[in-house]
Amino acid sequence: MNLTEDQIERYSRQIILDNVGGKGQEKLLQSRILIIGAGGLGSPAAFYLAAAGAGNLGIIDGDEVDLSNLQRQILHSTDDVGRAKVDSAKETLEKLNPDINIITYNKRVNAQNISSIISEYDFIIDGTDNFGAKFLINDACVLNKKPYSHGGILRFHGQTITHVPGSACYRCLFETLPPKGAVPSCSEAGVLGVVAGFLGTLQASEAMKYILKTGELLTDSLFYFDILNTEFRLLKIKRNKNCPVCGDNPSISKLEEKNYEQPVCDLKQQR
Amino acid sequence: MNVTINGKNENLEINKEKFSIIDLLKVKDVEMPDMVSVELNGTILNRSTYESTFISEGDKIEFLYFMGGGSGKYPAAFEKIKTADNNK
Repeated sequence: MNLTEDQIERYSRQIILDNVGGKGQEKLLQSRILIIGAGGLGSPAAFYLAAAGAGNLGIIDGDEVDLSNLQRQILHSTDDVGRAKVDSAKETLEKLNPDINIITYNKRVNAQNISSIISEYDFIIDGTDNFGAKFLINDACVLNKKPYSHGGILRFHGQTITHVPGSACYRCLFETLPPKGAVPSCSEAGVLGVVAGFLGTLQASEAMKYILKTGELLTDSLFYFDILNTEFRLLKIKRNKNCPVCGDNPSISKLEEKNYEQPVCDLKQQR
Repeated sequence: MNVTINGKNENLEINKEKFSIIDLLKVKDVEMPDMVSVELNGTILNRSTYESTFISEGDKIEFLYFMGGGSGKYPAAFEKIKTADNNK
């Protein structure tokens, strides 16, 4: 493909980077990146990827915009409360960059649908808010040999790892979902919006580096930060030979819904 | 015993000869071992070995915590762990 004059101007600040260039910009425009969850992590990731000209951006989310989302889910505005998140996201991103194609899925990922959805994409970003989905995305990406970025946040903390086929996966670190009894009510937790912004932006940069085949990915590493105490750490990790999904003798060879059940807590029910 | 926990040097007061990961979790106020993954000198430990794995001088230990997403669905145990860390 040949870049148009408009495209050259729009993306000029990154095209002049050696690591991008005209060829890299073409790669970005032809790329297919899936963002699972149009929330706190998905918002900044989608914003920057759309701005950078990631040409085919898939967004999957089955929720509607809630007033309490707006503190961190910056794809959505006050007028969007009550709308499907994917519709609000698509409108926001198309306004920012009409040059790209936004593909939306107004649903949640589950053991039945995830493999066929991710098969359409080059790189996947986990921007979900629950452990069931996080483990499901990990297993689906490992089993389908798809590179992906895991992200988790809480209060002032965030952590992220990138998995590509053969590198350590989320289950290498966390073998199973946290026990049901250990999950308290939502009202006890919380998160600062900037924490989501910081982490989602990192996840977008991983996707871009993967597509551009440049730099070093956050593979076999865990990046952890604590914004409150200004702590940033990069921890080297190794693939776990005993990992139930990517280990030498894996016990998980297909996706079954029962393996990803996690109690869902709804703030509204607790008011 | 001098060890490194999450990148910080700590001098642990050891009250028994063989000090296991479970003992360490207790000292660090981690009530539920299920809520944390432990890396010892670069290798993630299987949960079932927390009791039979002993730490020694100079070990590098990392506690890795579960983190969810933007909704903040996360166990309260985490804050307790952090508070305990900060108070030491």
